[in-house]
Amino acid sequence: MTDASMQTPETGRRGTSLTATDERTRKRARAEKRFRFYGIIAIATGLFFLVVLFASILKEGIPAFTRTVVSVEFTLTPEQREEAEGTLFKTKAYSDLFIAELNKELAESGINVDFDEAAIERLLGKVGGTIRTFYADNPDKLGEPIMFDLAASSRVDGYFKGRVSRDTLQDSRFLQLSDLDLVDALKEAGIIKQAFNWPFITGADSGVDNPGGAGIGASVVGSFFMMLVVLVLSLPIGVAASIYLEEFAPQNKFTDLIEVNISNLAAVPSIVFGILGLAVFIQFMHLPQSAPLVGGLVLTLMTLPTIIISTRASLKAVPPSIRDAALGVGASKMQAVFHHVLPLAAPGILTGTIIGLAQALGETAPLLLIGMVGFVARGYPDGFLAGFTEPNSAMPAQIYTWAARADVGFYEKAWGGIIILLMFLLTMNIIAIILRRRFERRW
Amino acid sequence: MNDMSRVERQVDTNSIKLECRDCQVYYGDTHAIKDVNVDIEDKTVTAFIGPSGCGKSTFLRCLNRMNDTIDIARVMGSFKLDGEDIYDKRVDPVQLRAKVGMVFQKPNPFPKSIYDNVAYGPRIHGLAKNKAELDEIVEKSLRRGAIWDEVKDRLDAPGTGLSGGQQQRLCIARAVATEPEVLLMDEPCSALDPIATAQVEELIDELRSRYSVVIVTHSMQQAARVSQKTAFFHLGNLVEFGETGQIFTNPEDPRTESYITGRIG
Ligand SMILES: Nc1ncnc2c1ncn2[C@@H]1O[C@H](COP(=O)(O)OP(=O)(O)OP(=O)(O)O)[C@@H](O)[C@H]1O
Ligand SMILES: [Mg+2]
Repeated sequence: MTDASMQTPETGRRGTSLTATDERTRKRARAEKRFRFYGIIAIATGLFFLVVLFASILKEGIPAFTRTVVSVEFTLTPEQREEAEGTLFKTKAYSDLFIAELNKELAESGINVDFDEAAIERLLGKVGGTIRTFYADNPDKLGEPIMFDLAASSRVDGYFKGRVSRDTLQDSRFLQLSDLDLVDALKEAGIIKQAFNWPFITGADSGVDNPGGAGIGASVVGSFFMMLVVLVLSLPIGVAASIYLEEFAPQNKFTDLIEVNISNLAAVPSIVFGILGLAVFIQFMHLPQSAPLVGGLVLTLMTLPTIIISTRASLKAVPPSIRDAALGVGASKMQAVFHHVLPLAAPGILTGTIIGLAQALGETAPLLLIGMVGFVARGYPDGFLAGFTEPNSAMPAQIYTWAARADVGFYEKAWGGIIILLMFLLTMNIIAIILRRRFERRW
Repeated sequence: MNDMSRVERQVDTNSIKLECRDCQVYYGDTHAIKDVNVDIEDKTVTAFIGPSGCGKSTFLRCLNRMNDTIDIARVMGSFKLDGEDIYDKRVDPVQLRAKVGMVFQKPNPFPKSIYDNVAYGPRIHGLAKNKAELDEIVEKSLRRGAIWDEVKDRLDAPGTGLSGGQQQRLCIARAVATEPEVLLMDEPCSALDPIATAQVEELIDELRSRYSVVIVTHSMQQAARVSQKTAFFHLGNLVEFGETGQIFTNPEDPRTESYITGRIG
């Protein structure tokens, strides 16, 4: 490049050996090496943060999938029931029977520990009520031995998971130091143990003072109905709009304006869509509050631009010669699009749709505005149609609600909820990849 | 086609199939075709020759309204197929293109099987009543495209998996499968070896007995071999149009002479 190099006497490459690399080649080789190094650093950094993120999510969230249960085999004879029902404090009578059974089992294991009814209540809540309700619902189970799996209270659960220790525990109405002796004894006898937390996966949200009973199941169902609305509305509308804009619409100022607006819509913060949903769907159209239907409508507005943009990109990527070929043999424009262009664009459209859905699945802010907050998810909807209209929450909103609660027991639930949410997202991505593979033509 | 029409056709042999008057094409501000007047006769092969970029493809695309698909292209003038203006508002280009088929300059098979490539046209036009008839059309078309022997064992293989020359012959087969009345061929042999070229030329000769063929070519020999009429384009103008023998042996315009003798191009 420099004047000096241009004036060198040996012009051309004649006479130089191929094995002796010259300065320019070496310089280029060094530049390439440096660039590869930067690339590897960038990827390594990304991977590092990803690993840290996943590790911390798993570390904090995994405990949410186990719970501490007290398993006691208990038999209630019809006479015992009659007698208990005859007393004034009925649940206390059941509770006494349970404590007697527990004492017997402890004695069988050769363990001797003192405890009273209050301690049992601190450990297991109102046992008597639980047992009474069970037999009221299942009178045919009377006289049979029944295995009762009773969830231990949040503090006891924390003791098992290391959140609560003997050194830090202060006696309170929730848990006393002496209760831990009972817990240890029960543990030794194999009566109290850790088990997989099915209620977390299948259950609904609990009250603010009962983190142990909180489950994400109801809000998973809420998310499902919402996604159904989003898919059913945004896929056909988005694809039809894209096909029209890309293949049929005349190129003029008006379509340019629409195009710019769609691109801008994709960048509008989600909370704006939330406000819009609140104003239009709930306040103006009087659709039910906190309903997955409304959530789905709001998320549809958000997802549409994503789907339209990706669909148009994949339509644009189909070579124009394919359209010419179809038109050339006398296909109509519509036939050219639906027989030839759309099948080629399908993998891209699918990927865009699933990415849009995944975004919608993780969206929180607009849901809070239309009332799909976590504590609404108190149970499963009764029936398919009710799933759209009955108040419910969605996974991210549920997680947000848990994370905002005071009891540390909810902290773990929030992380556990994130794991579930990520699993759904992962599944959606895998489905996207599989569909892509299936639709992609191997030629 | 039935016998009636064949008889009728024989009567008006060499009648004018496509009559083009004062044709202009603009791409935006570029004037690509200027005042072109051509009569394309029935049952005749017409060759378009001329240097690259002179507007041969552009003019060819006017004849089946493929320029409609280019937003910036504007076509003016009168184009009459059997006396009917093809740019009339009432004309559906779809119907026109079924009558005026086209083979494109770059091979563009559908990313579907070889069979489906050829069967697509007959299917959408309802030319076959059943699978057997469709099979017959596909075989006949592939034979006419001089590619049957190469692909008869792999009709389910993708058309895009063929070599460039095979793809072009597949496109020819696809174009003839719909039985067009006029076949426009834009450099159909530019990617073919001499044997395939000879086969395609044979096909063109065969088609001439029933259809009118317009072929764009860069090969003077080919134009001389297959065509009866030749049109020489230069910079968007139709310089000379006449009997092929006349053009190649005794051109009127000095530009034509220098082009066919290889001095401009
Ligand atoms: N889609 C288009 N947009 C703008 N200009 C175009 C377009 N297609 C062709 N042109 C212009 O029109 C002129 C004629 O092009 P055309 O393709 O008809 O040439 P041709 O004679 O077929 O050339 P070749 O022998 O190389 O195929 C050229 O100057 C080209 O630049
Ligand atoms: Mg051309």
